[in-house]
Order: sequence, then C-alpha cells, then structure tokens
Amino acid sequence: MSGAAIVPMPGRLALFWRSFAENRGAVVGLAIMAVLIVISVFADILALHSPIEQFRAHFLVPPIWQEGGLWEFPLGTDDVGRDMLSRLIYGARLSLIIGFSVASLALLTGTTLGLAAAFAGGVLDVFIMRLMDVLLVFPSLLLAIVIVAILGPGLFNAMLAVVVVTLPGYTRLARASALSELARDYVTATRSAGAGTVRLMFDVVLPNCAAPLIVQVSLGFAVAILDAAALGFLGLGAQPPTPEWGTMLSGALQFYQRAWWVLALPGLAILFTVLAFNLVGDGLRDALDPKLKR
Amino acid sequence: MTILMQAENIRRHYPVGGGLFGKKGIVKAVDGVSFTLREGETLAVVGESGCGKSTLARVATLIEPPTDGELNLDGSVVADDAARARLRLSVQMVFQNPFGSLNPRKTVGAILQEPLEINRRGDARAREAAARAMMDKVGLRQDQFGRYPHMFSGGQRQRIAIARALMLSPRIVVADEPVSALDVSIQAQVLNLMMDLQDELKLAYLFISHDLSVVRHIARDVMVMYCGRPVEHGPKETIFSSPQHPYTRMLLAATPSIDPARRRQSVTIKGELPSPLSPPPGCAFASRCPHATARCTAERPEPRSYSGHLVACHHLEAIPAAD
Repeated sequence: MSGAAIVPMPGRLALFWRSFAENRGAVVGLAIMAVLIVISVFADILALHSPIEQFRAHFLVPPIWQEGGLWEFPLGTDDVGRDMLSRLIYGARLSLIIGFSVASLALLTGTTLGLAAAFAGGVLDVFIMRLMDVLLVFPSLLLAIVIVAILGPGLFNAMLAVVVVTLPGYTRLARASALSELARDYVTATRSAGAGTVRLMFDVVLPNCAAPLIVQVSLGFAVAILDAAALGFLGLGAQPPTPEWGTMLSGALQFYQRAWWVLALPGLAILFTVLAFNLVGDGLRDALDPKLKR
Repeated sequence: MTILMQAENIRRHYPVGGGLFGKKGIVKAVDGVSFTLREGETLAVVGESGCGKSTLARVATLIEPPTDGELNLDGSVVADDAARARLRLSVQMVFQNPFGSLNPRKTVGAILQEPLEINRRGDARAREAAARAMMDKVGLRQDQFGRYPHMFSGGQRQRIAIARALMLSPRIVVADEPVSALDVSIQAQVLNLMMDLQDELKLAYLFISHDLSVVRHIARDVMVMYCGRPVEHGPKETIFSSPQHPYTRMLLAATPSIDPARRRQSVTIKGELPSPLSPPPGCAFASRCPHATARCTAERPEPRSYSGHLVACHHLEAIPAAD
C-alpha cells in the first residue's frame, strides 16, 4: 500500500492503451485509419483535380509506373477521363462519412431500443425483440436491396437501408448487456437510494455496457462501408458521377481486361479500409473485454 | 427503545413456470414472517440456502412489495408504491458480494456522493464534505477518494458499501450476508465496524447470515428460518444456550467448535429441503425431523411462546431438553 502512494496508479487510459498496443494488427489498423482520416479531411488540398472533371484527351490513362503513364494523373484515369487518385481521395471522405453516420445512427437507435426493452420488459420487450428477429430473418444485403427498392436508389437511402439492416445487432447487444448489468447489486443499491429509471439507464447501466457496444461500432463501421459499397456497385447506392468506391467499381466493370487500375484501385481501397476498421475492432475487443485478457 | 420496523405476517410469493405447456406454480419464498426491529438493536436471520432469507431482506428494504402482510416503518404503514418510494430512503442495504455491489465505472467519491445527488441534498461542496467525513467514519483514507473499486480489497470494498448505505442517514440497515464473501481475518474488522457504527448512529440492523459464529458476535435477537417460515425466534443467549426447535438444535450441532469440551455429538441433517413449489401440508421440517409424528405431516405448527422463544413445533414438551 505504501508503494501506491509513491508510484501513481496508471490511469485507465494508459492501461487501455497498453493492452491495445499489445495487438500489432490493431495498431496497424489504427495507423491506416489515421491516414484515411487525414486524407479525407484534406481532400481538397491533396487532390490534383476535381473528382468529376473529365479530361477528354485522356481516357484510360495507365498509372505512372506503366508505359504511357502521365505525371498529371499518378494513378491513371478512368473511361471518361477522370483522375483516379482524386476520385479515390474523395471516395475516402465519402466512405468515412458513410461509416460514421451509419454506425452512429445505428448505435443510437439500437442502444435506445435495447435499453428500453431491457428496462421495460413485458410486452414492449417482446415487441421490440421480435421486430429485430424479423429483420434478422432476411439476408442483410437482400433486405437492404428491398429497402432501397422501396425508398428509391441514392446514397442517403442506401445509408438508411444499412442502418436498418445493422440495427438488430446493436439492439440485441445493448439489451443483453443491460439485462446482465440490471441483475447486479450496484443497480439495486442505486435504486434503493431513490434513483429514477432515466438515471439508472444512462448514468448507471449504460456506461457499464459501453465496452461491447464500442467494439460493435468499430466493426459496424466496416460493415457499413462494405454494404454501402455493395449497394453502390449494384447501382442502388451513390449515383454516378459521385466518387463512391462501390459505384466506381460497377462503372468500370467492363474494362477489367483493358485497364486493370479502374477496377483494382477502388477495390483495394475498400479492402484496406474495411480491414483497418476490423483490425481496430478486434483490438478494442481484446483491450476492453476482461474475459479475453491474459 | 423505539420500534423502527414492524413486520406482520409478511409473505412473498413468486409465480414460476407456465410457459406454453408447463403448469404454473407459486414459490412461497417467504410465507408468514413477523418481526420487530428496534433502534440500536440487531435482529439476525439465519437459515440454510433457499430458506427465504434474501427475499425477506429485499422485502424489508422495500425493493419488493410483500404479496401479503403488513409492514410498518417508523409508525407509518407501507401500503402503496408512493409510500414505498417515500420511506425507502430510511432503509438501506449492504450486499453480500462487495465485488458486484459497487459501480465499477465510478470512483469511491462519486459512489458515496451519488445517493445525496439523487436526492438533491446539499450543494456539490457539501456533498463532497459529507462523503469525505463518511470515509473517515468507516476507516478509509482520504487519498482513496478518487480511486475506482477495482483498486480495493474485499474488506475495503465492503467498507465503501457500508459508507454508501449510511450516506442518507438511514435508521435501518439491512445486511444480506455482509461478511460471508470476506476472509475470516477481515470478517471481524467489518463486523466490529458495523457494531461501532450502530452504537454511534443508533442504527437497527436486520442481519442476514448463515454463519452462526458471526450471528453470535453481532446479534441481539435471532430468528431461525426454514423453508420460508420462522421456526424459532428469541434472544441470542437463550437461542444458543437452550435451543428448543429440533431444527435449531441440529443447526447448532452442525457448527464446528475448536473447543473439544464444547463439541457436541455430531448430528447430520439428513435429506433435502422440501421443494418450495409444493410445500408439504404439515411442518416443513417433518421430513428431516427425528421427532416427527403423524400429526407433524398433517398439521402445520403455528409459532407459540415456549420458554421465552417463539417456536413452531407440536412436540416441544415431548422433546428432551438439550444437554
């Protein structure tokens, strides 16, 4: 005990970082995430051209390391003469916005629904959870397609569809962790001190359910980006000429033998972004879940 | 001494089962318990697992309403939810497991101030002063104010839990096995702390335990429960020196003693507790009792006064006195 007075206890954040940094992959993922964030914040400065400007003299210019490459278009141009690098950079911004808004909207709605189900119990609980079961019955992409088909194609509707599709995961997770926390004695103690339901929900129970939800969000980010790209690829998400990676892929499909870069580059961008978020999510789970700690 | 809480024939039943095809049943967790709690006194409730001790604690803390029976608190009847919400603050609870009873995301200071904050007592500075004063009272150091529960040992956590229970200056503290999760060496410290606080604040304790040596240390009155009902109720001294009910005798005989002279012949309690789902019509203890007769299985004994205790048994006169 006397040692504790001299050496300050490491803070929660320091402890968290230590166990997060143990996971190499997570650190790599975090680095990629940081690069992506920087790119999308400074897209206007970094991009050489407008993402939708067509250079009619330069259709399907290859990247610079290939014969015929031009310094003006480091990663080449697509079939209507737009600069690939600029489109990818703006695509990163769009993907992060999609991931962030979809994940946070799904988190917010899902957590509220889950907490409400756990606290109310009875009919409301059954109603909410069976509704979520119904959503889970359909394959997620199929359900997203149906929703977009009803609402009409477009980036915003695609994002809404992805929110609805990912909602059950958040709701079930929030309900399950809230139920297990509700049974703990500290909740009873706070209740017998006179705390109301709102306080119990958001001040007592929610902070203790945060760890699994944070993990779910970081993985949900990746799912959101991937699903939005898939919808874009099917022509139901962002519409051309928006520089969305999935939409870029679908537009370039017919050139895959002649110009690999128009297809491979957006694909790789999706791959690395999703990978980065998944790695960070795994690292967060290892760091936040005491059951997995060595 | 002032009477703080009076329970009259408290019952707490839970519906269970049902499902699609199952038969619905009722568990009579607590089935007719009466007691009186006075200022500055401790009533210990003992009994084996599943006898309804913890349910009684939850009813006494006003967390759960009794199915039947009357609860009087400080002279007013706890009749409806409004009364329960109003009177709840004067009964606080100390839980068995100090590792689950403290919010892991809050510091000690925040945990202690929370009850005051919820009830909007004092301003921020007054609340902090009150929390710090309470830390002194239960033997926690001031520099531990900003620490999280996981940095404390079990005994210290239980001190925090006691401090939190006292923040609203309750008259009654219900302690549900407060020391059974602690090391034996720490148990005495926590018990002595509770007794000191009782003297200082004139608290009444409803002390739930299955550990008879702990009860011997802290209690004034003892109530022995079996299968949701009290079988014997009386002052601690005579309960321990001359137990009347066969169950109490067996319970006492089963307690190990380090003094060879005081070791009694070991009596093993045979059999299981009867299922609380379908309690036998007669005495619940009849299936395990060496003195049971046909009357015991047919007719339920009501508690009656016998040599200073309230005892629920038909054959008290016939059973030879304890050694």
